[in-house]
Formats: sequence, structure tokens, C-alpha cells
Amino acid sequence: MQMKKLTTLACAAAFAMLSGAASAQISGNTVKIGVLTDMSGTYSDLAGAGAVLATQMAIEDFIAEAKPAFKVEMVSADHQNKADIASNKAREWFEREGVDTATELVTTSTALAVMKIAKEMNRVALMSGPASTPITNEQCNDVTVHYTYDTYALANGTAKAVTQQGGNTWFFLTADYAFGQALEKDSSAVVTANGGKVLGSVRHPFPASDFSSFLLQAQASGAKIIGLANAGADTTNAIKQAAEFGVTPKQSLAGLLMFISDVHSLGLQATQGMYLTTGFYWDLDDQTRAWSKRFFEKQKRMPTMVQAGQYSSVLHYLRAVQATGTDEAGKVMAQMKATPIKDFFGKNGRIREDGRMVHDMYLAQVKTPAESKYPWDYYHIRQTIPAEEAFQPLAQSKCPLVKK
Amino acid sequence: MEIFGVPSALLGSQLLVGLINGSFYAILSLGLAIIFGLLNIINFTHGAQYMMGAFVAWIALNKLGINYWVALLFAPIVIGALGVLIERTMLRKLYKLDHLYGLLLTFGLALIFEGIFRDQYGISGQSYPVPELLQGGVNLGFMFLPIYRGWVVVAALTVCFATWFVIEKTKLGAYLRAGTENAQMVQALGINVPLLITFTYGFGVALAAFAGVLAAPVYQVSPLMGSNLIIVVFAVVVIGGMGSIMGSILTGLGLGLIEGLTRVFYPEASAVVVFVIMVIVLLVRPAGLFGKA
Repeated sequence: MQMKKLTTLACAAAFAMLSGAASAQISGNTVKIGVLTDMSGTYSDLAGAGAVLATQMAIEDFIAEAKPAFKVEMVSADHQNKADIASNKAREWFEREGVDTATELVTTSTALAVMKIAKEMNRVALMSGPASTPITNEQCNDVTVHYTYDTYALANGTAKAVTQQGGNTWFFLTADYAFGQALEKDSSAVVTANGGKVLGSVRHPFPASDFSSFLLQAQASGAKIIGLANAGADTTNAIKQAAEFGVTPKQSLAGLLMFISDVHSLGLQATQGMYLTTGFYWDLDDQTRAWSKRFFEKQKRMPTMVQAGQYSSVLHYLRAVQATGTDEAGKVMAQMKATPIKDFFGKNGRIREDGRMVHDMYLAQVKTPAESKYPWDYYHIRQTIPAEEAFQPLAQSKCPLVKK
Repeated sequence: MEIFGVPSALLGSQLLVGLINGSFYAILSLGLAIIFGLLNIINFTHGAQYMMGAFVAWIALNKLGINYWVALLFAPIVIGALGVLIERTMLRKLYKLDHLYGLLLTFGLALIFEGIFRDQYGISGQSYPVPELLQGGVNLGFMFLPIYRGWVVVAALTVCFATWFVIEKTKLGAYLRAGTENAQMVQALGINVPLLITFTYGFGVALAAFAGVLAAPVYQVSPLMGSNLIIVVFAVVVIGGMGSIMGSILTGLGLGLIEGLTRVFYPEASAVVVFVIMVIVLLVRPAGLFGKA
């Protein structure tokens, strides 16, 4: 009798614990999103405060649409483009503050550091800002999504178009770190594959302000095209000084990674006619205009592709949490990969097994001052590169998660 | 013709570009050297003051319609006046304390100034056009020299040597130098030393702002333009010898040239070459090349 009572009690207790566990599938009943970005350095205009705003917008829109039973919170921090700061912060967030996902992570070195910690702690890493292909190749893991663009897609858009239009000899000005080297490598491959020739390259320190020496070397090479395998302030300074030293218009520049914030700060006079590849343009259609207008009202600048991608990735993540009823990384990732992405940013988007979010990319050409009719009217979209062609094919992937 | 596998034309152009960068180093390190020499303050705000000089020129052009030539005078006066205010209200209280306090104060101010401009203008910066008179370039045979860059060298060197002349060869300069050696004695002789110090700080800051205006048409006018440059400039001052006027000018030019050559032979090292030289100089001559031990 006594025994039976004990058994009943134990069963009741076990059941109580089980149901307790079920209701605690979202830890603390709160989903915490960490935005780890460059708030003050070279990349703070293309990511930074705009990425934080995009995250807030995604959270607000998600709460309005899904009315979730759990709370959604956001924390943000400045990683100063330093891998050690980024990894310390991510560890603190995951271990002590119950952050479920570290997001944005512009600058490849910070992204590579944080994705390892995310894997170790079984949390999700959503990469909107970084560019390098190793994130979904050699270094890939099953908790990371590389969302907005990568160096392969950039090279595949810009380098291909420019080479095919007769720009068949290239010289690279490369930022001397993981991102610049990856961009140079991917672009060289595309140039060669399309019948062009790479005459040489020079690696400049990151960040640099004076490019005259490097530009003179590019000038001496006699290449038709000078490929700028750098980003942010490095790109804008190089473009400005190329005009000053008479490098352009005799030789043409190809900005391999240019954001709308760069075009805005340089002005159309200096950038007209340049080709660039982008994952997003605010003036593409009614959906992009509607969202961008909301963004502009708060930020007073039009969104870059990183900021738009940040919104889309956070919303996709939150919807997956809602659908699975858990914040456990493995289950959320499975749901995110199983669900196609259809919003103003991700046209025909889906997340592949290597963590790459593939979506339509655009080859844009910068308008001349005369062609630009209203503020931020900067691009002609010359070509839409379909999602399946825009990114590195899985057959070439070096990611161990890809079954061949 | 080739020298060490590099065409001599390319080498010539790199030396010229080095000289251009060297003149920026010279004019910035000169301001630092003057301030350190007389005030014993390591002015970490120097980079921010250089940046603000460029921004004042940009604002003057776009909001007030003040052209480049007026801005060359206007920006140094505005930023110099700000310097005077800083000296009168803050720095003055720190002279008797350790160097470290002055360093921390000026470093803090630099962060505040950069933060304000970053908040207002973002990081990508603004474009400042080259003034009409100095547009275009000349073909020197071995390179295409933008006229503006040539002007930078002339303007920077003229200001540097004029400053050197005033400090080393005039009566005002003699007061300044005497004030550095023994402030009490000079004060006793009826010279207003605190005023002299305020004026010196304001002038050193104005030099930074002048360099900022010179730089505006060359680089993007951005909140971080100063902090990118200032570390190298500190190395220049250390190599030249803290407080040595001529030392800072010559070292600035010389290091510009060496950096230019590094960019041809081993570009990856061009960001560190100045610091390697600094280490060597500190080991061999701890007071710097032109400093008095």
C-alpha cells in the first residue's frame, strides 16, 4: 500500500516536472537577440546603429504579427571589428545573459570567432554583415546562417559582368586581411574563368587612408580594370584618390564590395558608371520602398543590404522559434532551413545545408548625376542574378555538412 | 632602368608621394612638439583637432559658402580658439601633475569630439572638392602629379619653416624657449608666461586644424581621419625627439619617404615600418634623433 502511494507520488512528480519542462522550452520564456556589430568604426554606417534599428523593427513586426506567448528582448554591443572583443562578448551573452542568438557580426574575423562559440554553446549565429566564403565552407557549422551576401556572390556579379564587357586585364588593391584576400581570390577565379587575366595585386594595410602609392602601382601595371578588394572608408578613399591621380578614367575601377552608404558619401560625380553587386536596393519595388521608408524615417539614411538582411534574418529566426515552440538551436535551425524565405529582402530565398542563405542578387550600375531624379536615386538594376546562380554551387563546397 | 627590380619611374613617383605624406606628418608632429616642449602636455586631442579642422572647412563651404582659401585661415582660428578654451578651463589645472593626467584628459576629449562628429555625420564622411584653381595635374614624365598635392607640400613646408623661424630666430620665440627652461625666472622679468602658454597651445592646435583643411580635398572628411593618423604622428615625434622643433619637421618628411619606399618593396609592412624604426631609435638613442638627453 505504502509502496503504491510512493509510486503514484513519484509518477505525479515526474509528470509535474515533465510539464514544467514543456512550458520552459523557451528558456525564461524570453527570446533574447544579441546584435554584435561595429558601432563606431569603419563599418558603422553600413551596419552599426542601422542594424540595431532593423533588429528592433523586426522584433516589433514579429510581435504585431504573431502575438507570441514569449517575450522578445534585444541587447547590442560594439565589437570594434576585433575578434577578441567579439568572442568575449558573445561568451558573456550566451553563458550569463541567456542570449539565444548572436547576430549581424560585420567583419569576417569577428564572425569566425563567434560562430565557433555559438557551436560550443549550442546557440544560433545569424551573419548579416560579414562577407567571406569560409563561413560556409572550411569553417561551416550547423548553427550558423550566412544571410546577406558573400565574396563569391560579389565576384560572380561584378567581376563577371566587367570582364565580359571587355575589362579583361585586372590589378587588385586588396585589404590585407581575411575578407580582402577572400574577395581577391574569388574575383581572380571569376576573371580567369571568363577569359580575363590578372596582372598583379597589392595588399594594403587595413584600414588605410592614403592610397596614392598603391594606385600608382596599379597605374604602372597597365591593367584595364583596377579591382578594389576592400570595403567602407578604404574603398571611398581609393576611389577619390584614383580620380585625383588621373588613374580614372584611363583605367576603370571595379568596386567589388560597395554599399549604398559609400555611394552616398562619395556622391554620384565620383562614382557614376561603376558596377556593383548588391543583395538589396531600397528602390527595387513597392515592398522594398515601403520598408525602406519606415527605416529612413528613424535613421535618416536609406538602409544598406546588411541592414535590410539583418531585419529579414531576425524575423525569419523569430518565426522559426514561434513555429517550433523552442529556442533550442538545433530545432530552430531545422525549421529555418525547412522554411523558404519570402519577404521584401529575400526573393526566392532558402537556407542550404551549409548555412548559406541563397536569394536573388542584383548587378547594379551607379547613375550619373543627371539620371538621378530624387534623393537616394542611385542605381540602375542591370541584371537580376537568380538565387541558384548567384552563390557558390554546393558541388564546389568545402563544408563537411554537405553530403556529396 | 630598374632599381632592385622596380622601374625607376615608379620609384621616383613613390618618393614624391612619400614626401607628400611626409609633409602631413611634419606639420602635425610640429604642433605636438611645440605643445609638448612648452606645456609638457602630450596632446592626444591633436588628431581630433585635425579632423575638426577638416570638418570646419566642410561646414564652412556647404553651410556658409566660405571657400577653401578663406577656410585655410578660418578653420585654424575657430579650432585654435577652441584650443585656448580647453587650455584655460581644463589643461591649466594639470601642469603641476604627472604627464599621465594631461594625456588622459586630452585622450578623453578626443573621444568626445570624435563621438560628437560621428553622431552628427556618420562614419563614411563627406566629400570636399579640390578648389578650382588647383584642379588637374601635371605630367612629370615619371608620374602624373595632381597640382593639389604639389600645393600641399609647398603650403605645409612653408608653414613648418615659418614656425621654426619664429621659435628659433625671433624675440617672441626666445621668450617661449626661455619660458620652457625656467618659467619663474621669465615671469620675474615681466613676461606674462601663462598668456604665452595659452597662446602656444592655441597655435599648436591651429597647426593641426590647418593640416586638416589641407587634407580635406584629399581624404574623405570623416570623424576617424585623425585617429588613423595620430598614432603614426606620435611615433614621428618620439623618433625625432620630444619637443625638438626641427627634429619633428625633418623626421616627418624622412619617415614619409621611408614609408613610401616600403609601399613599393613590401606593402604589407607599410603600416608598421614607422614603429619598427621607433623601436630601433629608442634602443640606440632613447632621447630621439634630435632630442637632448
